[in-house]
Amino acid sequence: MATNTHETVSACVNDHGSAIGMPQLCNEWMGNQIFWLVITLIVIFFVLSRVALPRIAAVLAERQGTITNDIAAAEDLKAKAAAAEDAYNQALIDARAEAARIVEATKAEIKADLDAAMAKADAQIAEKAKAGEKTIAEIRANAMASVEEIAKATASEIVDALGGKADAKSVNSAVDAQLKG
Amino acid sequence: MEGQLAHIGAGLAAIGSGAAAIGVGNVAGNYLAGALRNPSAAASQTATLFIGIAFAEALGIFSFLVALLLMFAV
Amino acid sequence: MAGTAPSSEDAGLVFHPMDQFIVKPLFGDGPVQWYTVTNVTLWLILAIVVVTAIMVFGTRGRAVVPSRSQSIGELAYGFVYKMVEDVAGKDAVGFFPYIMTLFMFIVSANFLGLLPMSFTTTSHFAVTVVLAMAVFLTVTIVGFVKNGAGFLGLFWVSSAPAALRPILAIIELISYFVRPVSHSIRLAGNVMAGHAVIKVFAGFAAVAVISPVSVVAISAMYGLEILVAFIQAYVFTILTCVYLKDALHPSH
Repeated sequence: MATNTHETVSACVNDHGSAIGMPQLCNEWMGNQIFWLVITLIVIFFVLSRVALPRIAAVLAERQGTITNDIAAAEDLKAKAAAAEDAYNQALIDARAEAARIVEATKAEIKADLDAAMAKADAQIAEKAKAGEKTIAEIRANAMASVEEIAKATASEIVDALGGKADAKSVNSAVDAQLKG
Repeated sequence: MEGQLAHIGAGLAAIGSGAAAIGVGNVAGNYLAGALRNPSAAASQTATLFIGIAFAEALGIFSFLVALLLMFAV
Repeated sequence: MAGTAPSSEDAGLVFHPMDQFIVKPLFGDGPVQWYTVTNVTLWLILAIVVVTAIMVFGTRGRAVVPSRSQSIGELAYGFVYKMVEDVAGKDAVGFFPYIMTLFMFIVSANFLGLLPMSFTTTSHFAVTVVLAMAVFLTVTIVGFVKNGAGFLGLFWVSSAPAALRPILAIIELISYFVRPVSHSIRLAGNVMAGHAVIKVFAGFAAVAVISPVSVVAISAMYGLEILVAFIQAYVFTILTCVYLKDALHPSH
């Protein structure tokens, strides 16, 4: 046991290098810890307060400034965009009205043309119908005349065939009387 | 004999850790219940939550410390 | 059984959960004097290195659009600054470097202590008591300097019934003086408890049958310890802010 290197070191460590009691409560070590802790805290405090914190504060302030500027610029651009959009919408509305107007005008024009053409066509049709009627009437009159002639000829032929003597005048008058009857 | 009594005492002191666990659970559970009722107010109370947990847990740590003292320092 | 250490070695189970907290000289085997360079010194210096690396070298670019390392520093800055502003009030911003020092030191020491084979400086009461006493003295001195005798109004609960006030004053006074005790023991106790528990689980790993369980338990505890390392630093800092608020605005 006495050969162990730890034997003379401390009242808080046994021969095996294990702790006697709680190391946290060992009086021997506290001075050492406090001394180095105070040095550490002072060093960290000066590193932070002299170098790190002002630097980060500056960076953050700069970023804040940049962001504020950017936001202002963005607001400007947004206003411009809104104006452009308004103008575009206005143009769109105008164009729509113009288009509607043109459509109306064209429609009216086409209608007028159409009416004129219709009237013309109607007149032509009526004319053609009238001519047709006249032709029909002529044809009918001719047909009636032919019927009379054929009837007279046929009647005189029949009379002849029956052995009678037919004088033309009496046959004609008889046929006329029949046709009229 | 005395050392064995100290071990028993350490075991008894460890009950305190369980009690602290109940306390911490109570704090966190009530926080959660409140946070679910009013989620918008939850974020502003996390600091209070941690302070409450810290206070509850500190007492459990005290009992743990008593256990350690009985185990190693008596 | 104080200190008759190698006790249960017969079972193959050797628990020395407190050995990791032993202070050793780095060079040689001499006794630990107050100026001796020990493992405490080493890990405190490493804490300085870490803080400097994060806060100084990380931010050396001073970029408006931060790099990764710079945003860590800025995050820490914003976190603590907001805490000071919200909890202690706008007029406490002058104490921001001091509180930032405490936070950065505790957080880096806690996380350094989580490295395997490392020494956890914040697990020692000597360290945390110094931190807590520094806060306590600062708060008391600032309270009296800023408010004079009005600082004693902190103990005089004017909203309570008159008969209760003296009793409450005594309770408040006691709780005021217990503050540094709980403040320091909370930090050291949490850190020490986690490390000791990990060591105990590590001792179980010597038994082959339960060693997988033990390894899983160590991993789980390690995860919890990472959380605790940060939360305890946060709690220490925020309590500092709360105490500082009491000093600056002592009226209830």
